[in-house]
Amino acid sequence: MPVLDLPAPDLTLDTSGRLCPYPIVEIARAMKGLPAGAVVCLVATDPGIVTDMPMWCRATRHEHLGTFREGPSFRSWVRKRPAP
Amino acid sequence: MSARKAIAMISGGLDSTLALALVKRQGIEVKAINFYTGLCITETQRRKGGRPDGTMPQNEALRAAADLEVDIEYIDVSEQGYLDLIVNPRYGYGANANPCVDCRIFMMTKAREIMEREGASFVFTGEVLGQRPKSQRRDTLRSVEKQSGLTGRLVRPLSARLLEPSIPEKEGILDRSLLLDINGRSRQRQIQLARELGIAEWPQPAGGCCYLTDESFSRKFFDVLDAREQAGEERRIRREDLVLLSTGRHFRLSPKVKMVVGRSEIENVVLESYGEGRARLLARDLNGPMALVEGTPTWEERQLAARIVARYGKGRTLPEVGVDWIEDGVTETLTVAPEQDEARIESMRI
Repeated sequence: MPVLDLPAPDLTLDTSGRLCPYPIVEIARAMKGLPAGAVVCLVATDPGIVTDMPMWCRATRHEHLGTFREGPSFRSWVRKRPAP
Repeated sequence: MSARKAIAMISGGLDSTLALALVKRQGIEVKAINFYTGLCITETQRRKGGRPDGTMPQNEALRAAADLEVDIEYIDVSEQGYLDLIVNPRYGYGANANPCVDCRIFMMTKAREIMEREGASFVFTGEVLGQRPKSQRRDTLRSVEKQSGLTGRLVRPLSARLLEPSIPEKEGILDRSLLLDINGRSRQRQIQLARELGIAEWPQPAGGCCYLTDESFSRKFFDVLDAREQAGEERRIRREDLVLLSTGRHFRLSPKVKMVVGRSEIENVVLESYGEGRARLLARDLNGPMALVEGTPTWEERQLAARIVARYGKGRTLPEVGVDWIEDGVTETLTVAPEQDEARIESMRI
């Protein structure tokens, strides 16, 4: 999904300075309190997020909308999966 | 009957990936957990920009969960309680600083708590009977199961048919005939099974990624503990020690003085961030490593530390190099000849 088409996030989570696996731990924790379909934008400086986020989304069935570099940071957009 | 839900303890290695596949194909809902100890070699390599060959290792537990479409949760256990456990293991160490039996009991106890919280009926692992000399013997597997409070509810799918039937097998939640009877260190059957199950990827080489099993790391680990004990301090490892122990070249200049020298730009940055309470050394006007000195060095030891920093920098062939000694906001420049005696350097290396 191009950056311009990304939805406005319901929550922005800044994990800058924290190393893997904390960005994933943080988004997993945040997702629990959000309704289905909510969009989270996670900001990370750990480059591992580029591979970790799509894999975590595949495992947990959340929708990975994209991960983009923005200067020294990365921004990952994730949409929470529908309720089972 | 108990719930058809299980907790998988996975590392992302071949064995735990296969165990995950074996249980999942029986139609059981699985939640995977992966423990973060702060001692994973792969994670540390990622933090330092990848492997020496330039490749970036992936997070294998995440990959395995993603490939098998299993929900995964990280459990951070890198707190002081876990660090105290690895310093004082009840069941002792393996070949290096690896207290595998204690560590397993600790993690499986956590897994039991998660099993109860999640309403699952059992926990399973990729352990293989007889694969490791101490922690995967039949008596140890049984003891770990009992001490973690998982008696009858801890399943090892790869060796299950060689072990007592578990509660989920007796209750018919798990079909025992679809579990395996692998024994020993050979991995041929696992590789064959991976092909049959369509598992294309697993990390190589096998054997875990825990720093405590690494000989070089273990030497540094015990050196810190011994030095603290000799100094009359508590025999304890702190969280920041783990980062320093996995960073740089370590030299013991005397029982009370230790030095860490960065091996790359990233390591220099890591060391810089741990400068508080330590002296920082840096060659003046020349490229070279950042070094940290801990303790209260004598004048001779300060000279020696400066000579070592000069030896690992671009000025190693010069007759003299200026080395800045930065401590408590004060910079002093020591002019020294780079240390040329390799045998002396090696004798101090931890």
